[in-house]
Amino acid sequence: MGDISVDQLAEDCYAIVAENAGQKKVKAGDLQKAMAAKYGDQIGRADVKAAIKQLMDSGRTVYGYFGGSSIELPHKEAAENQ
Amino acid sequence: MADELKTPLLDELEKGPWPSFVTDIKSMAETKEMPRDLLRQLEKSYEDKRGYWKHGGLVGVMGYGGGVIGRYSALPEEFPGVSHFHTVRVNQPSGWFYTSDAMREIIDIWDAHGSGLYNMHGSTGDMVLLGTRTEELEPTFQALTEKGWDLGGSGSDLRTPSNCVGPARCENACYDTMEMAYQLTHNYQDELHRPMFNYKFKIKMSGCPNDCTASIARSDMAVIGIWKDDIKVDKEEFAKYIDDGFNVKEFVVEKCPTQCISVEGKEISIDNSNCVKCMHCINRMPKALSVGDEKGFAINIGAKAPIVEGALFAQSIIPFMQIKDGDYAGLYDLIERIWEFWDEHGMARERIGEFIERVSLATFLEGVGLEPLPTMVKAPRDNPYIFYEEYFADEDAGEGEE
Repeated sequence: MGDISVDQLAEDCYAIVAENAGQKKVKAGDLQKAMAAKYGDQIGRADVKAAIKQLMDSGRTVYGYFGGSSIELPHKEAAENQ
Repeated sequence: MADELKTPLLDELEKGPWPSFVTDIKSMAETKEMPRDLLRQLEKSYEDKRGYWKHGGLVGVMGYGGGVIGRYSALPEEFPGVSHFHTVRVNQPSGWFYTSDAMREIIDIWDAHGSGLYNMHGSTGDMVLLGTRTEELEPTFQALTEKGWDLGGSGSDLRTPSNCVGPARCENACYDTMEMAYQLTHNYQDELHRPMFNYKFKIKMSGCPNDCTASIARSDMAVIGIWKDDIKVDKEEFAKYIDDGFNVKEFVVEKCPTQCISVEGKEISIDNSNCVKCMHCINRMPKALSVGDEKGFAINIGAKAPIVEGALFAQSIIPFMQIKDGDYAGLYDLIERIWEFWDEHGMARERIGEFIERVSLATFLEGVGLEPLPTMVKAPRDNPYIFYEEYFADEDAGEGEE
């Protein structure tokens, strides 16, 4: 990995998830492609995986599942019962 | 409470000679609200001919994207006991070997935090703990991990690798399925818990072509034990089968799919070059015949049950491979090349078998860096009007020589 830190990648990934919230389900592969397009050879797949892991472990994003797994901002599900 | 539980339609499912899940759930309905309301909601579903479950979507434990399948009742006021009814998948031990203490441990945890109902096991292989509330998920996870258990896979991730008992109890095992499942599970913890694929990816390991995990039909990657050399024959034991009146001709020779076995008196002869390792003869005469000494495994890819597309069987991509000195690097490398190519070019909810069908086997092999082999041919081609550039190149070269 070059000068791009996992923290930086996590912020970039978070921005994509936030930007698409409520409009498009963002998948891990989408973030991989977006980061590869932005940083090219400066980063690898493992770096983006680490960034996603950081977002999940911190609770800033969560995994959702409706027709495939996606990365989402924490929110209340419409289907959820009290 | 018991007199409130009127389930005439479900009661019909207790009348056959087979074990009944209704009876099992009723045995717990006396003391717990969740099983009782589960039966009541199911009875209503049978009456109305429709289901009353809502997909839970976004439930799980912190950091994990798999292992919990969320469900809510669509009628929470009527059936408050199953207002939340989430399923927890627990990663099973290799080969489903448990001590009774380990099983009690799991059940005690589930009695404390969930409905107490469970399946041993789900189709992927996990222990399936049925029915708990959202607020009980983290405490359940904590109780499980304190005892050394972990959640299994769900969603678009690597599903919990599963395997047959292999060399632990079976003389046919051609590789250590227990060890491989253990190694894959530990090496791919991220892929198991953090969904990152287009869709699910199942790996099943069977120690021999009997394929007791049904991997050839039920896993995206089937690792099936195989041997390269000859079937081993114990001549004395073979003679005993004849002496005991076993009809070798009817039950073995005539059943051999390639007709590569012949018997003269008490002598058996096998044309091993034509043997397809179907295991039939070995299964019928296990004392006389056994798998060879040069053992390894074949890798087959692409099986799935029919959901988006029709059911697919796996096809061979690696006819023979061995793990030497516990070095799994070659296997990991292959798996990761497959995942990378599928991840890059696959579509959402497209299983690897469907992906190969869409892009063609040739493209897939090129993408993952494998050479095509005759063993990869699934069926004779049915279109004769296919020509390859190589044919014309050969013809051109031939013309010059003539």
